Amino acid sequence: MQNPYLPYPVRIDEIITETEDKSLKTFKFVFLNPEDEEKFAYESGQFGELSIPGLGEIPIGIASSPMEKGFIKFTVFKTGKVTSYLHAMKEGDIMGVRGPLGNPFPWKTLEGKNIVIIGGGFAFTTLRSSIYSILDPANRSKFKDIHVVYGARSPGMLLYKDELQAWADRDDINMNITVDGTDDPDWKYLTGFVPTITEQKAPPGNDDTYAIVCGPPIMIKFTQPVLDNLGYSHDNIIMSLENRMKCGIGICGRCNIGKDLVCKDGPVFTLSQLNEMPKEY
Amino acid sequence: MTLIKIDQQSWAAGIDKVKADYRVFGPVKEKNDHEFKLLEQDQMPDFNCQNTRLSPKSIIYPQSQVMFTYNLDENAEDCRIMKEVENVTSPMAIIGVRPCDALSFPIVRRNFDTPEYQDTYWIKAYEATTFIGLACNSACGTCFCTSAGTGPFGEEGLDVLIIADGDDLYAKSITEKGNAFIQAAGWSVKADTSLDIKVDKMKTAAESSICSSVSTDQLKDKTTLELYDAPFWEQEAFSCINCGTCTYVCPTCWCFDVQDETHGKSGIRMRNWDSCMYPLFTYHASGHNPRDVKYQRVRQRFMHKLKYYVDKYDKGIQCVGCGRCIRLCPVNIDIRKICNKMNSFDAATSVCDTPSS
Repeated sequence: MQNPYLPYPVRIDEIITETEDKSLKTFKFVFLNPEDEEKFAYESGQFGELSIPGLGEIPIGIASSPMEKGFIKFTVFKTGKVTSYLHAMKEGDIMGVRGPLGNPFPWKTLEGKNIVIIGGGFAFTTLRSSIYSILDPANRSKFKDIHVVYGARSPGMLLYKDELQAWADRDDINMNITVDGTDDPDWKYLTGFVPTITEQKAPPGNDDTYAIVCGPPIMIKFTQPVLDNLGYSHDNIIMSLENRMKCGIGICGRCNIGKDLVCKDGPVFTLSQLNEMPKEY
Repeated sequence: MTLIKIDQQSWAAGIDKVKADYRVFGPVKEKNDHEFKLLEQDQMPDFNCQNTRLSPKSIIYPQSQVMFTYNLDENAEDCRIMKEVENVTSPMAIIGVRPCDALSFPIVRRNFDTPEYQDTYWIKAYEATTFIGLACNSACGTCFCTSAGTGPFGEEGLDVLIIADGDDLYAKSITEKGNAFIQAAGWSVKADTSLDIKVDKMKTAAESSICSSVSTDQLKDKTTLELYDAPFWEQEAFSCINCGTCTYVCPTCWCFDVQDETHGKSGIRMRNWDSCMYPLFTYHASGHNPRDVKYQRVRQRFMHKLKYYVDKYDKGIQCVGCGRCIRLCPVNIDIRKICNKMNSFDAATSVCDTPSS
């Protein structure tokens, strides 16, 4: 019997400050025991518990892609006790990671389909993982058209800027990068809120087209009617939820929404599923 | 049914004997109530109580339990690496478990022992334990076990059931673990088969002494959202002070928190019982709280026990009818009343314009 609460020890290999306000940093971890990396076999959309002895654990979506080997990455917003401490940690420090946890996006269902990926703010981490996986030469032919709408408040608040630019230059993905507003005369992408850009740029909904939506509640609230108007069925709208968690494995009872536990039965749900569940998230 | 007959003398000798093989727990008088305690040498389980104040939940699942230790000394090789605590459990026997409390263990096991994840702490303690039940010959006014999946002579979750008949005790072994315990105690006097009829009569009399019940037959067919949006929650929760007593005394409440405690350069990661009655339980780091209002938390507790659990496992309600939450609630919230309301709720005819105050 393996203890599911025991974190794998990892070393912080690299820390990248993502946003101009320094509230978001990406942590690249290397497993101290190489065999733990194999046990941590994951798919895009899953999360891990970052574990700092003396502080506690936090559930964070996995930002790296399973196509990237030798490390795992998490982008963390500085907000509470554990994340604030993590932001002050240094490269080379040792901590722990548990996972992978929760369900990934439904990749088998998505094969052969068009996908529109809609993200806002810092909820772009598992979406970054997804895009990276989809664009891998081994995977790209499994999917049809890929559209991305990703927005942040300002250019300096976008995550993964170098990658965004590289993706925007490709012809096998339709990138729509937007900011709420900017006075930067060199800004070469879009200006406008995510729901508005989605309305203009997303393909119409049909059986072969799925939307993956991750973002702050306000973005989700205004994006949903847009997708309804575009003809997306609620079975084809995929979302990822957050709730306060401790164990991450469906046992401690904290993150439930109705009979479902966000950690184990989610965090990925279709809008059809969410429509049948209490709004306790 | 083969009953073993045990007189007072061989009972005392047997309990004494099994202490060599088991850590033996039993009800002991503590101030005004009885509690389960590890029995010391020469100490006997005290059956002179209706039921213990708390169920034996904490023997398997301690209120605070150390999971890991860690070292924060930067010079140490294992700095910041979590170490599992020694988690080998020697055989335990809990004597005098009432059938309601016994049923709580299989109910809770569905949470801790799943196909995907096994809670090693809970499972090891559970598997190391032999459950010796004590049948109830009479009920309290708050008992409703017969409509909550068991009864005063219920056997689910037990390895041995003991029936007290005056000074005589009859033991019925239910499992292999139970056989091993009875053998270890050296009890071997087979009772006359005519006793079966007497025990059946005792059982019937005990069952008829249960004077309250819940109806649960309709719960599964209700729509979750209709029950969730039912108009009675605010009113039912009005007097609740969110003290959490109901969750702590409940044999089937299992929610826990995980906390790190550092002393100097070393520390422990521990888990502690937690309660859905508390606002912090679901409080996000962002400041958002999905259950920030009292009635939402009261609703969560009852919906979990009487609807979510029912839907998830299809094994009845997450309640054994022990009545502790009813007896100990400072404002007289009664799960029987709420269960019956939920079970009979008709969303089509219900008026949903409850006052918002």
